[in-house]
Amino acid sequence: MNDKKHLSVSAIQNGTVIDHIPAQNLFKVISILGLDKIPNQITFGTNLESKRLGKKAIIKIADKYFERDEINRIAIVAPLAKLNIIRDYEVVEKMLVEVPDEIKGIVKCVNPKCITNVENVTPKFRVVDKKSVSLKCHYCEKITDQEHMNYL
Amino acid sequence: MRNRSLVSINDLTKDEIFRVLDLAEEFERNPIQRIMEGKVVATLFFEPSTRTRLSFESAVNKLCGRVIGFSEASTSSVSKGESLKDTILTVANYSDLIVMRHPVEGSARYASEVSPVPIVNAGDGANQHPTQTLLDLYSIRKTQGKLDNLKIVMVGDLKYGRTVHSLLMAMSQFGASFTFISPVELRIPQEYKIYLNELNLSYEEHTDLAENIKNADIVYMTRVQRERFSDPMEYEKVKNAYILRNNMLEGTKPNMRVLHPLPRVNEINTEVDNSPKAYYFTQALNGVYTRMAIMTLILGLK
Repeated sequence: MNDKKHLSVSAIQNGTVIDHIPAQNLFKVISILGLDKIPNQITFGTNLESKRLGKKAIIKIADKYFERDEINRIAIVAPLAKLNIIRDYEVVEKMLVEVPDEIKGIVKCVNPKCITNVENVTPKFRVVDKKSVSLKCHYCEKITDQEHMNYL
Repeated sequence: MRNRSLVSINDLTKDEIFRVLDLAEEFERNPIQRIMEGKVVATLFFEPSTRTRLSFESAVNKLCGRVIGFSEASTSSVSKGESLKDTILTVANYSDLIVMRHPVEGSARYASEVSPVPIVNAGDGANQHPTQTLLDLYSIRKTQGKLDNLKIVMVGDLKYGRTVHSLLMAMSQFGASFTFISPVELRIPQEYKIYLNELNLSYEEHTDLAENIKNADIVYMTRVQRERFSDPMEYEKVKNAYILRNNMLEGTKPNMRVLHPLPRVNEINTEVDNSPKAYYFTQALNGVYTRMAIMTLILGLK
């Protein structure tokens, strides 16, 4: 109920609202999705009260819809994020972000001696912990955790 | 295992491990067989490891296969800037199987993905060295008559020691209990303790060597290297504390054997070499039988 009211205040006509982003990862989401490089109108709010996350962030992107694999990219830093797809001011679809079992590309392996950081090899990980998002490198078998994550 | 690469010990099921050990036993009884005739094995050593390379080459030679390769990167096209992928794709044209040692971690997994012929990982940086683990398992089974429910004491550099980590993972499949003896700075990483806890396997941690080997079935020694210490003072303090001597063997179990992946520097006093409990040179010989078995199974020759 509250949500709807909130949306109608700063409503976008068409586009995507990404909600439930952990506040500290807002700018990571922006950079992963390349939102800093697109011409669309974007509003975002951060450090909003959230029962689930403590402090959350929200992004509203006008005239933009995301593909599945783009959403997977967000999942790594915002595993609980929810996408509202807006058409003509109405939420026509809600999408939950899901952390995949395997991640290809996106994240760099934390191990400087890993083949993916030495030769032209796309990093690949198995997600060993979906909650805290910790990744085991398919190649060097080292763990990259949330804290040490760098993005390609 | 036919036509499959061997990159990590975790690639093998328990049954496959037994298959390797059983075949190695067969080769120990009858080491000269002409089964690899007409096969070419490439040994690509992007960093030198004389012991491992010679062990593989001896294994191929005893089975009448042929060996090509290089023993360090400077004598190969890598020094001209060739990528690993290009090297592998080229050498795969010349060989039926590639044995590879490389300083970069994950390089063997990557090679196995691009190579049309199977890859045997002979060490990729600090990551994996599965044939070492298999020869350790072979040595343990041979000296103890079994792999189940043994007491394994690991000594030395337990933080960085690749061989101890792989052996720990492998032996935990067989319900081993562990004693870790190391300087504080080189303790076994937390992730392995968590792993053992999850499996409900018991372990102890100590800093004193002599006191804690009395109940051991296997004492697995490793080298404590100066460069592993952030504080050189720490190294000076502990460097002599992890040297195994003959008098420490008194009161140990009769079936106990001392293993070491070699090369040894001074962590096992040479006086121990003549003890019936010293097993590390035979362990190296077992490496040849084990590698014969691994290559034979991968090439589908038995």
